[in-house]
Amino acid sequence: MVRLEPRAQISPVMSWLTPVLAVLLTVAAGAVLFAAMGYDPVRSLRAFFIAPISSAYGLAELGVKATPLILIATGLAVGFRAGVWNIGAEGQLTLGALAGGYVGLLFWGQAGWYILPLMMIAGVLGGMAWAAIPAFLKAKFDVNEILVSLMLTYVGLLLLSALIYGPLRSPEGFGFPESRMFSPSAQLPNLIAGTRLHLGAVITGVIVLVVWFLMSRTLFGFQVTVIGQAPAAARFAGFSRARMIWISLMMGGGLAGLAGLFEVAGPIGQIVPTISPGYGFTAIIVAFLGRLHPLGCVLAGLLVALSYLGGENAQITVGMPQAVTGVFQGMLLFFLLAADVLVRYRLRVGKPALARS
Amino acid sequence: MDGTVALLAAVIVASTPLLFAAIGELVAERSGVLNLGVEGMMLAGAVTGFAVTLTTGSHLIGIGSAAVAGAGMALVFAVLTLTLMANQVATGLALTIFGVGLSALVGSGFVGTPLPRLPRLDIPGLSDLPVLGPLLFRHDILVYGAVALTLAVAWFLAKTRGGMILRAVGENHEAAHGLGYNVIRIRYLAVLFGGLCAGLGGAFLSIAYTPMWIEQMTAGRGWIALALVVFAAWRPLRVLVGAYLFGGVTILQLHAQGLGLFAVPSQVMSMLPYIATIIVLVIISVGPWKARLQAPACLGRPFAPTT
Repeated sequence: MVRLEPRAQISPVMSWLTPVLAVLLTVAAGAVLFAAMGYDPVRSLRAFFIAPISSAYGLAELGVKATPLILIATGLAVGFRAGVWNIGAEGQLTLGALAGGYVGLLFWGQAGWYILPLMMIAGVLGGMAWAAIPAFLKAKFDVNEILVSLMLTYVGLLLLSALIYGPLRSPEGFGFPESRMFSPSAQLPNLIAGTRLHLGAVITGVIVLVVWFLMSRTLFGFQVTVIGQAPAAARFAGFSRARMIWISLMMGGGLAGLAGLFEVAGPIGQIVPTISPGYGFTAIIVAFLGRLHPLGCVLAGLLVALSYLGGENAQITVGMPQAVTGVFQGMLLFFLLAADVLVRYRLRVGKPALARS
Repeated sequence: MDGTVALLAAVIVASTPLLFAAIGELVAERSGVLNLGVEGMMLAGAVTGFAVTLTTGSHLIGIGSAAVAGAGMALVFAVLTLTLMANQVATGLALTIFGVGLSALVGSGFVGTPLPRLPRLDIPGLSDLPVLGPLLFRHDILVYGAVALTLAVAWFLAKTRGGMILRAVGENHEAAHGLGYNVIRIRYLAVLFGGLCAGLGGAFLSIAYTPMWIEQMTAGRGWIALALVVFAAWRPLRVLVGAYLFGGVTILQLHAQGLGLFAVPSQVMSMLPYIATIIVLVIISVGPWKARLQAPACLGRPFAPTT
């Protein structure tokens, strides 16, 4: 009989092996799923995982999709470590895109180096403002931040819809629900000609390094971990829980807002009714798959970005519904959570050893 | 007068999916398990209920399949959190993400297909009563079912031995374990019941409320149901009151939009149920109510039998 035996300490080796195991299990389950849907599994897996990144353009697209995922996941991971569950990043992304995009529209038809930085600041502030609501309610009244941040996502998406069908609609747009295209000065420059990979990817890389430094080399990072893993010890040491709630949600909201601004000022180039294909939710998976570690989030973000490209490509080449992307993402998180039992427990075959405690 | 009765009857109908989802989640939470995957389980129920009703032509088989689909999703959650002791919050989120994707995949062939609405089931004799007849007794079987289920859960939790054991497991799992109750098995059953109810709530949306399949047609109702359980302070009959309150907000905003009562975009009116949820959460967190104090003591805490 197979049993689970608690480990004396969590296994650091396992905590980096289980994401790999989860990915392999997801691919295997994907093959079964494709076969069950009546598609040739080998051909489908190739279309899903290999074809999208076998060209330079494909690799650049991977960066385009990974940028928002990595940026948002890096911010969320800080909060998750501290036990603050911000799951409203999709709404914070939307508000960041609206606020930053609005600044871009204010400078419509103008040129200047200062326009993009102003848009980025507005994007960060927009996301922060939306995250400030659950932060205030959580810190002040202990209102559940999961439900508040999620409800605000629905409100944020409706706000985007109201504004884009109303005041933000382009006067020259023939009634389409789209804003004006941003001026060249309000668009993120491309890194490689002929691709959509933009400056946001570089900024994301810098932010990841800064957060990594903060989390691993400063007292702040230590406090986050202690508050998340041993709240009583943290209280005893005088770490402020309210301050941690604020910092967690401001980082999550601010980076999600910046990711939203990068989308509208980068690949999209204007404000449209649908800014993100669920990056804010998918980033939760990225954060966990990356072990709530900034560098882990980079690897996980690239991998999960592939599921978006794979879904699009499988739809074009094999005719599969694009919704398969969401199934892959969900399965990935399931397998990860299941495999994570190996981090805390050992598999043992046979009867329990006596008197081991 | 007739208009008012029709309005109130519409509130009862609009509250039905919330009632199903919330009463199921309430049972799971009273056993000490926090399942944030309600939205995903509702979507699984909605798409299954729609697809099976369409292919078999039977609403009842569709409803039954939806309940099974919801319970199936809950089983995944239960294996992960109860057997493998995964984090309940993360697993619940995964269940919702998975449910959104899976239902979109299964439903991709059904978008735009119409379905005959679940027929009304007038209660003989009672449905002809003035006022009360059209208000209470001219609904479909799921509307009656949701209320009956809520009353049954209230009775089960308060008056039966099984209900007492379930509450004991949620309040103090070590003590319940010490008394010889199988904590994990009881939680499995409670979580499965929650999934079954969420599946029924989803089926109500796709075969009765708006008889068609639309991606993510639950529109956050699973999350509102979670808020309802907190609002109700984990008491079944208060869930009933809360569900009517939210049903009322939904109907109010629909009517205000239809009549053009306020000079605001329709999207602003559509925000109301979500904003109302936040306001309600704040109200119950301050002042004399302090609902959180009444949460089951072991809510969200994993249980590993030591002996």
